[in-house]
Amino acid sequence: MLGAVTLLLVCQLAGEAIQVATGVPVPGPVIGMALLFAGLVLRRRLRVGRREEPETPGALAETAQGLLNHLSLLFVPAGVGVMLYLPLVAEEWLAISVSLVASTVITIVLTAALMAWLARRSGASDAGPGNDTEPK
Amino acid sequence: MTSELRAIWVYLAASPLLGLTATLVAYQAGYWLYRKSGHHPLVNPVLIAVVALVAMLKLTGTDYRTYFDGAQFVHFLLGPATVALAVPLYQQLRQLQRSLVAVLVAVTAGSLTAAASAVGIAWLLGASRETLLSLAPKSVTTPIAMGIAEQIGGLPSLTAVLVILTGMTGAMLATWTLNLLRIGDWRARGLAVGVAAHGIGTARAILVHPVAGAFAGLAMGLNGVATALLLPLLARWIFG
Repeated sequence: MLGAVTLLLVCQLAGEAIQVATGVPVPGPVIGMALLFAGLVLRRRLRVGRREEPETPGALAETAQGLLNHLSLLFVPAGVGVMLYLPLVAEEWLAISVSLVASTVITIVLTAALMAWLARRSGASDAGPGNDTEPK
Repeated sequence: MTSELRAIWVYLAASPLLGLTATLVAYQAGYWLYRKSGHHPLVNPVLIAVVALVAMLKLTGTDYRTYFDGAQFVHFLLGPATVALAVPLYQQLRQLQRSLVAVLVAVTAGSLTAAASAVGIAWLLGASRETLLSLAPKSVTTPIAMGIAEQIGGLPSLTAVLVILTGMTGAMLATWTLNLLRIGDWRARGLAVGVAAHGIGTARAILVHPVAGAFAGLAMGLNGVATALLLPLLARWIFG
C-alpha cells in the first residue's frame, strides 16, 4: 500500500516536472497518468505474453480502487468555493444554469451517439466481460 | 458558559482540523443519503456536501480561506487520484485497443461541442465576457480547466466552481439522457459521461459499471488534453 502510494506520487511528480520543463499545456497529474499507464503496458510486454489479460499488481490495484471509490469527495473543497461567487452567479444565474444544463446534455448525446455509431461501424464488438448487462 | 463555548469555537475555527473534519462529515452524510436512495442520480453526494458546508460557513461567518486551510488535504488527493485513473484504464486495455480510433474521434468532437455549446448559449442569454471565458473549459477536470481559464483570460477560481457544477449536472442527467437515447454500449455511455462531466461523472460511472468507469476515466484524460490544446487557439480566434 505504501509502495503504491509512493508510485502514484512519483508519477505525479515526474508529470509535474515534465510539464514545467516543456511548458506543454497539459497538467502534471494527467502526464503522470499517461506515465503510469505506459509503465503498466511496458511491464506487461516484458513479463507476460501479449495475449493474456492485463493484470495489475495487487497493491496498486487496491490503492487505486480505494482512491477512486470516493473520487467525488475530492471535489468538495473546490466546490465550496462557489460561496466566493454567489453574487456573480446570482446576477447571471439564468445564463449560467441554462448553459450548463443544455451544454452538458448536448455533449452527452453527441459523444455517446457518435461513439456508439463509430464502434458499430468499425465492427468493434462491445461483447466484453459484463458488457451485456442492462443499463440502470 | 457561552463565553467558554465561544473560546472553544474561536480556537477550533482557526485550526485546519475543523475544515477537514467538516468536509468528511458532510460528504459521509451526502453519501449515506445517496446509498439510502438506492444510488439515485439526483441525490448527488457532492451537491449535498457543498450545500451543507456553504450553509455552515455562512452561518458561522467563517471565510473560505480558513475552511480551505483544512480542506486542502482532501483537495491535494485529486492529483494522485488522477494518476490512479491509469489503473482502470489499463484493466480495459483490450476494449481500448479495439476501439481506439472511435474513442479519439468521439472525444475530440465532444470536447469542441462542450465548449462551443456552453459559450454559445451563455452568450445568447447575455452573460458577461468574464463568465463566457470562465465557462469555456467547464467540461474539463478542475486542474486543467483552471490552467486553460488563466491562459484565455477567464477567472480560474470561477472556472473551478463552474466545472464542479457541470460535473454534478452531468452525473445527475447522464443516466436518463442515455436511457432515453437507448444507448446500451457501456463504452459509449462511459465515454460520454467522462467527456461531459469529467471526474464527478467518472466517479458515478465507476459505481455503475466497470467498463463505463474505465472509458469515463479515459475520456476525462483525453478531453483534458484535447481541450487544453484546442481551446486557447479557438479563444484567440473568436475573442481576439
